[in-house]
Amino acid sequence: MTATSESVSISQTPGIAWRKQTRFALIGALSSAFVALAGMPVGLDRRSIVYPVLSMGYLSLLWIPFVLASLAGSETVLEGMTARTRGKKDLLAGGLVGFGSASGLALLMLLIQNFDLRDPLVNWSPQLLNLLAFNQPLAVGMFLWLAFGSALGLLGGAMHVLPKKIRSHIRNVVLTVLAVSVLETFLTDLLEGFGLEILTDYIYYKRGGLEIVGALLVAALALLLPLLVGTKLTDAKQKVVSLPADERRRVNLVLLAASAAALFVLPFFLGKITNELLANVGLFVLLALGLNIVVGLAGILDLGYVAFFAVGGYTTAVLTSPNSPGFSPELPWPVALIIVILLTGLVGLFIGAPVIRMRGDYLAIVTLGFGEIIRLLFLSDWLSGWFGGAQGITNIPGVNVGIATVKGTDPRSVFLLVLVFCAIAVYVSWRLENSRLGRAWMAIREDEDVAEAMGVNTTNTKLMAFVVGAVLASFSGAIFSAKVGSIFPSSFLMLVSIIILVVVIVGGMGNITGVIVGALVLIGVLGGPKQPGLLQEFSQFKLLIYGALLVWMMLKRPEGLVPNVRRTRELHQEEFLQDAWLKGEIDTDDQEDPQ
Amino acid sequence: MATAHDAKPRSRVLWVDRFLTLIRIGFIFLISVGLLAFIAQQIDPQNPLARWLNPDATGLTAAQFKGLLVTGLAQGAMYGLIALGYSMVYGVLGFINFAHGEVFMVGAMSGMITSNKLADAGLWEDAFIPSLMFVVVTSILISTAVAVIMERIAYRPLRGAPRLIPLITSIGVSFFLQNVSVVLLGPGAKSYPSLPSWLSQKRSLIGFEIEGTKLVVLLTAAVSMAGLWFLVERTKTGKAMRAVAEDKEIASLMGINVNRTIVTTFAVGGAMAGVAGILWGILFRSVIHTTGFLPGIKAFSAAVVGGIGNLGGAMAGGLSLGAAEATAPLVLLEPLGVDGVSQLRDAVAFAVLILVLLVRPSGLFGERLSEEDRV
Repeated sequence: MTATSESVSISQTPGIAWRKQTRFALIGALSSAFVALAGMPVGLDRRSIVYPVLSMGYLSLLWIPFVLASLAGSETVLEGMTARTRGKKDLLAGGLVGFGSASGLALLMLLIQNFDLRDPLVNWSPQLLNLLAFNQPLAVGMFLWLAFGSALGLLGGAMHVLPKKIRSHIRNVVLTVLAVSVLETFLTDLLEGFGLEILTDYIYYKRGGLEIVGALLVAALALLLPLLVGTKLTDAKQKVVSLPADERRRVNLVLLAASAAALFVLPFFLGKITNELLANVGLFVLLALGLNIVVGLAGILDLGYVAFFAVGGYTTAVLTSPNSPGFSPELPWPVALIIVILLTGLVGLFIGAPVIRMRGDYLAIVTLGFGEIIRLLFLSDWLSGWFGGAQGITNIPGVNVGIATVKGTDPRSVFLLVLVFCAIAVYVSWRLENSRLGRAWMAIREDEDVAEAMGVNTTNTKLMAFVVGAVLASFSGAIFSAKVGSIFPSSFLMLVSIIILVVVIVGGMGNITGVIVGALVLIGVLGGPKQPGLLQEFSQFKLLIYGALLVWMMLKRPEGLVPNVRRTRELHQEEFLQDAWLKGEIDTDDQEDPQ
Repeated sequence: MATAHDAKPRSRVLWVDRFLTLIRIGFIFLISVGLLAFIAQQIDPQNPLARWLNPDATGLTAAQFKGLLVTGLAQGAMYGLIALGYSMVYGVLGFINFAHGEVFMVGAMSGMITSNKLADAGLWEDAFIPSLMFVVVTSILISTAVAVIMERIAYRPLRGAPRLIPLITSIGVSFFLQNVSVVLLGPGAKSYPSLPSWLSQKRSLIGFEIEGTKLVVLLTAAVSMAGLWFLVERTKTGKAMRAVAEDKEIASLMGINVNRTIVTTFAVGGAMAGVAGILWGILFRSVIHTTGFLPGIKAFSAAVVGGIGNLGGAMAGGLSLGAAEATAPLVLLEPLGVDGVSQLRDAVAFAVLILVLLVRPSGLFGERLSEEDRV
């Protein structure tokens, strides 16, 4: 450790880091131009956020100056530093960053006007130019962008100057309006179920997005609600936390039971589309919970996770479908499920055993290889006598549960079935996390050699992670094939593995709530590999966003949206050590105690 | 020969070890039976062993075999060029730069764009050699730039992070670059302009019928390899690269600028990937956003087969992987009675990777890694 007391005194640099501001302005200019050329403004223009003033297309450009200006103004205040007092200069800096971002767009407009690069760049079109210029002459459009950019940048800079309370109000209002607008399909469906469609009819425009009145109403609600509720929620939470242990557990159980009951009642109030959407989210929750055990708990990066999903789906198809080409016992789904679980567990063991001794990154690539091999085998002519090759297996019957048949045409029943399995998976994950096995997994994740020295049988423990992960994925596969009714190799591309990984990482590795939140946010809003989400307009950009999100999360917040305490400590070990050292909690290793 | 696996003493034999031994034996058994069947079939297609294993095997003539081998070697040379990038980055930073395959794709894409522009201007047919040179140079510049920017934005902040973090990041970068290509250039496959006929003509050379394009690929790979060898073994930059690969801290104590050396490594790897991208364009004359994925994985396999960190090994690994995936389906699998063998080419490449990692994890020619990366 080379840090000395010098680092504390250097840190109090007054003034603004202008180089940083310039860098952010440049980044803003480049990303605005990129977003425009990627076709987001044109592609997303159909969907309005607030009709007729703001469409999602314009929003895809407008957030850039605001966010970059506020990022450029943020400074990390470490232990032992004093925060700089903010002033007018920060506003100016924000405005300049915004101006810089917008100037990228202005330049792009000039270029589109004068050159034709439509050949390689598909979005280099007069349509884009028109949209960017707000259907006005070029100069007016450029001026408008520069003005908007500077204003939004100013606002971004102001986020550091305004008092904290106003800031949080602004954030609340903006996020609520956005969320209400994005969740339109879901909310309309839900309120229709309760017979309150009058409300949604009032605030939403007929073809998507909020009306201006609606937006104002929602904004007012977002402002008033915190004032009305105030600190009551946190007070209640405080009260529960301060209860004695057994009583607290009782309260928690009641809360859990109530929310579970609400969840199981929910599908009956939802329409077809929302149920379908939530069923897809549920399938991914199952997959992500499984991968969470492998990656999040045991720290094994399995990139071929889709293989288990595929094996689960294909086994169900072969066992239940009358159209299965090779072997067709036409078993009922629950019986097939037992065989599926056993078989997938075995496949997990067979894939796991050869790779378990490899170092982490080789393991990742070999599992990826296995994932591809399994897909290629299902696709090949060699095994088409069993699995139908590219034609797949069709006519898979639904799940007969006595009172009703669960199949794709009735999304409500599918959602209920998925919910049951999610509940099982959550319970299993939760119990495993706190068991001897779970602790062994975490020990391996943190340091394999030390874990082995402590008496953990690393080989068997890691294999168990593979097997449990495989079984959870097979649930998802079994429901998937019953839901869709037919199964093709093209549903099991490598892409699926990566998307599940993104869900786990964005949500928070090693955290059950995090994984569920990740699936809801990503699969629910943006959509899965083939399943549309709430923002169907995003379908051509969602993979781009997934990739960018994965990189950004790894760089800025590797612990995910809902972090796991232990994992966070692991990932930010250096910062924790530094903080502790600055507080004087630990000695540096070169000052040994003379005693 | 102390490999990573020998280094760990194990007192007892676990069931997993037995299982692994079984798999190894199974693999070797399959290969030998396949080879035996192939030989039996070559001697006499009616012979009982060959008939029993696959009565409808078409058999393979010597000319066909040579053709397959040349195709395999040409593709293998391309894999080898990409593998150099994987191998060098792994040697220096100790992680798999998953996005390297996408750097190759970017090279192929930029080659597609410039060559089409040149063809529109009429220069491609009139002055083929200079325009090809121009295409190669721009492609090298662009893919080098992508590799360097990637290092700066995504990997440099993660030095010293837990091992899996940069790996996951590189998966994200790879996914991102693929989709950048989709949104900017459109999702469909794009084709290169047609090559002059004197280039694609078949010529016979020491008993082999080789298409001109494949000859170009093999020659370019050899020249690039020689250049790289010179850079790494005979220049100061190369010495710095080797030193950083050996031990970053000590290298920096010796006055080597570690950051700049790492950037150089990425740049050289990117340049090689750019060359490989053009070779892909010449060989297949079509490129799509997923072009980088499979060749990338196979190139990584080639780097592992040759021994990671070992540059000569990467090239040799590429050539052997290319030859194996071209010939193995017809030589090993068809005599065994597998249908539709040509669909299993990619599966063969992955199987080679798994086989090498199981039997000889340090690669055929030995890996060259620093102590800490070997864990």
